[in-house]
Amino acid sequence: MPDQLLAELREALGTKSVSFGGAAQLLYSRDSSVFPGGQPGPVCFPETTEQVVACVQAAVNHNRSFVPRGAGTGLAGGAIPCDDPVMIVTTRMNKILEVDKQKQFAWVEPGVINLDLSRYLLGTGLHFAPDPSSQQSCTIGGNVANNSGGPHCLAYGVTSAHILAVEVVLPDASVAVFGDPEGPAGGYDLRGAFVGGEGTLGVATRVAVRLTPDPPAVRTMLLDYQDVGTAADTVSAIIGAGIVPAAIEMMDQKVIEVVEKFIKVGYPQDAAAVLIVEVDGLIDGVEHEVERITEIALACGTRTVRVAADEEERARIWKGRKNAFGAIAQVKPGYYLHDTVIPRTKLTEVINKVYETAERYDLLVMNVFHAGDGNLHPLLIFDPQEEGIMDRVLAAGEEIVQTSLDAGGVLSGEHGIGLEKRRFMDRLFSENDLDAQAKLRHTFDPDERANPHKVLPGGSSCAEINHMDKPPEGTWV
Amino acid sequence: MGMNALEEFRQSVGPHGPVAVVGGRTRWHLGGSIDPQARLITAPQGIEALDPSEMTVSLGAGTPLDMLDKALAEHGQEVALAGPPGATVGGALAVGHDSLRRRRIGSARDVLLQANYVDAQGELIKAGGPTVKNVTGYDLCRLLVGSLGTLGFFGSVILRTRPRPEITMWLSGPTKPECFLTEIYRPATILWDGKQTAVCLEGYQEDVEKQAQKLHALGLETSSDLCPMVLPPHRQRLNGGPLKNGTVADVGSSVLYGPQPAEAPETTPGVQRVVDRLRHQFDPEGRLNPGRNPQRMST
Repeated sequence: MPDQLLAELREALGTKSVSFGGAAQLLYSRDSSVFPGGQPGPVCFPETTEQVVACVQAAVNHNRSFVPRGAGTGLAGGAIPCDDPVMIVTTRMNKILEVDKQKQFAWVEPGVINLDLSRYLLGTGLHFAPDPSSQQSCTIGGNVANNSGGPHCLAYGVTSAHILAVEVVLPDASVAVFGDPEGPAGGYDLRGAFVGGEGTLGVATRVAVRLTPDPPAVRTMLLDYQDVGTAADTVSAIIGAGIVPAAIEMMDQKVIEVVEKFIKVGYPQDAAAVLIVEVDGLIDGVEHEVERITEIALACGTRTVRVAADEEERARIWKGRKNAFGAIAQVKPGYYLHDTVIPRTKLTEVINKVYETAERYDLLVMNVFHAGDGNLHPLLIFDPQEEGIMDRVLAAGEEIVQTSLDAGGVLSGEHGIGLEKRRFMDRLFSENDLDAQAKLRHTFDPDERANPHKVLPGGSSCAEINHMDKPPEGTWV
Repeated sequence: MGMNALEEFRQSVGPHGPVAVVGGRTRWHLGGSIDPQARLITAPQGIEALDPSEMTVSLGAGTPLDMLDKALAEHGQEVALAGPPGATVGGALAVGHDSLRRRRIGSARDVLLQANYVDAQGELIKAGGPTVKNVTGYDLCRLLVGSLGTLGFFGSVILRTRPRPEITMWLSGPTKPECFLTEIYRPATILWDGKQTAVCLEGYQEDVEKQAQKLHALGLETSSDLCPMVLPPHRQRLNGGPLKNGTVADVGSSVLYGPQPAEAPETTPGVQRVVDRLRHQFDPEGRLNPGRNPQRMST
C-alpha cells in the first residue's frame, strides 16, 4: 500500500473519510452475493462530486482501479473489489437536492436509499416507480448501476425509463452530465448507455429521476391454483387480452408454505401456486380490469379469486411476497438464486424443467418471481454443511440457466451480470457481439479502470476472482 | 424476412467505403446531410413474428411504420414509435424522437428490445435480447436509438408492443395548461400554442369521459379523435419565456415545434470527449451515414 495514495486521499477527503485496513477492509470486501470477497484498497466516503473526482484522480495518479459502491445489496458480485482498488462508497452522498413537482423530476445524490425517496415523496402525489425487493436498503446510485427492477416494473418499466439525467465522474476524473431532466436531450443517449453499466463506466454523483403520478385507484388480487401450469397460463391470457397490470407475481406451493409459517398472511396453504395481480389507474378502468382479469382467471381454471377489500388486506397480501426470501432462510441456511428471463409463454415448460432438474439433483427448489415479465427467481435451497452439496447445486443452477437460454431467454432481468454470470455471457452472445459491448465500455473507460473484471468475460488477471467465477462452498448468491 | 435477407443486408453494408442506409427519407436531413459519395442501401422489410401475449414484434428495420401499425392494430397492440407518413421502423429508431403520446405510452428509447445490426466492420451484431425485461450486459440498444445510424445499421429488430387504448379523445380551448395539470391523471398529450391548449386523453371510455367533464368545466371542448392543432415541422428545446407566434409547446416534454429549424444546443466539452471516443470506437473511419451527427439534432 503506497502511503502516498492514502495521504492524497486523506488530504482531499479528510482523515475520517478514508479507511484502510481493519473492519472497513473486511466489510467492503464483499456484497450481498456472499462471494468470499476481494481485497479492497483504501475505502473512501466522499460527500461531494469534487471529492469523488479527487478519489478517481488519486486512482489515476497511482495507476489503480476503483470500485463505486452503494449499499452493497447486489446479488451478482458486482461491487466486489478486484485488483486492490480504491473503494468509492457513496452512502454519505444521501441528500435529496431538488423536487420539481410541476415538471415531475427530482435531483438526488446517489446514496439516497430507494425507500427513503418514496417516503420523502409521500403526500406529493408523485413517486419513484422502480421498487426492487431490497428497496429498504439499496441506493438510487445502485439502482442506476444495475438498471434495477422490482414487481411494479411490469407496467412502469425498469430503472432506465425513470432516469432523466445523470452527473458522472468518468474514469479519467472528468465530469459530464448525460441527459436532461426536463425532456429528451438531443444527441447520443449516453444516459441510456451509462444506466446498467454496473459501475464499470464511472461514478454517478447526481441523478435526475422521473417522478410518476400516484394512481388514483389500486386493486390487489390474490389468485390461487391447483397446479403451476394453470397459473402460468393465466399470466399469458391476461397479457394476451391486452391488459398490462402494474404487477403480476407468482409464488409456488413451497414458498406459500414457508411464508405462512413465518408470517400468517392468509395465503391458501393447499394451493400449488398463487398469483398476486395488481392493477392501478383511474377507478373505472381499474374496476373494469379487475372484472376482466377475474373472468379470464376463472376461464383458465383458477380456483379462487380474492380482491383485497381494503388497504390493510392489500398490505397483507404484499407482505407475504416481500418477506418470502426471509421466510425461506428458515428452511435451510443457504440458497442459490438465478435471475433469468424467459418468454412468458414458456413459463410452464421452463418451470416444469426447473422442478425436474432439482429432483434429479435431489435438491429443494422454490419459485417466487415476477411472472408478468417472465423474470424467474428459482431458489435452490440447501445446507452448505452437507458434504458435496455445492457440486450438485452448481450443476443444477447451470442447467437452469441453460434451460432458460434454450427457451429463448436471457441471463438476467434485474440483478446484473457482475462476477457471477460472466462465464455464461458467451452462451448468449458471439465474440463479435461481446466486442461491440466492449466498445461501449471503452467509450467511457478506455483503460478499464472502473470496477475491473465485471460484466464481460475473459481477460482476468485478478487472482482473487478466478475462484469467484463459481460460488464457493457455503455461499448463496 | 429471414436470415438470408439479413445476410444480404450485411453484405450490402460491406467493410469498406462510405455507405448510408435509406428509410422513408422523411427526416433525411436531420443532424446533417449525407455525404454524396456514400453508397445508398436499404434495410430488409417485413414482419417476422407478432405475439401479443409476449408483447413483442420481430421485423425488418426497413418495414414502414404504418405497415407495422396496421398489423399491430389487428391484435389491439401498438408500439411507442412515431414518424411522418412513409417513415420506416429503422428510421424512427435511428432518429429516436418520442411519440407525442409519450406521457401515456413511454419513450422511443424504451421500445427496442433486440437489434441485429451491421457495424462499421461489416459484421452482424446482436444487441439486447428478445424478452421484455433484460439487463444482460451493456445497453447497446438504448445507445443505438437516436444515433442516426452512425454506430451501426439496423437490419432486424424486436420491439416491445403495448395494448392500444380503448378510446382517444382530443379537447381544445383557451385554458392554460397549468390550470388543469393537477386535475387530470396522465393525459397522453398537452399542447399549448400561447393561446390555445389541445389535450389528448386515452384509456377506458368511462375514465376518459369523466376526465373530459373536468376539462369541460375548465373551458375546454371535445374536438375529435385527431389532434386539432397543426404542428410546425421543426423541433427544438423549449427554454421558458412566452411562446413566439407560430410555435407549439409539447408541455411536459420540453419540446417546442417551430416553423424554422433551430440550432442544436452546444455539446459540453465533457460530453464531447465521450462522443469523440464513441465515434472512434464504433466507426473510426466515419463510414456509416457520413455527414449525419446526432449532436446536431436540436432535441
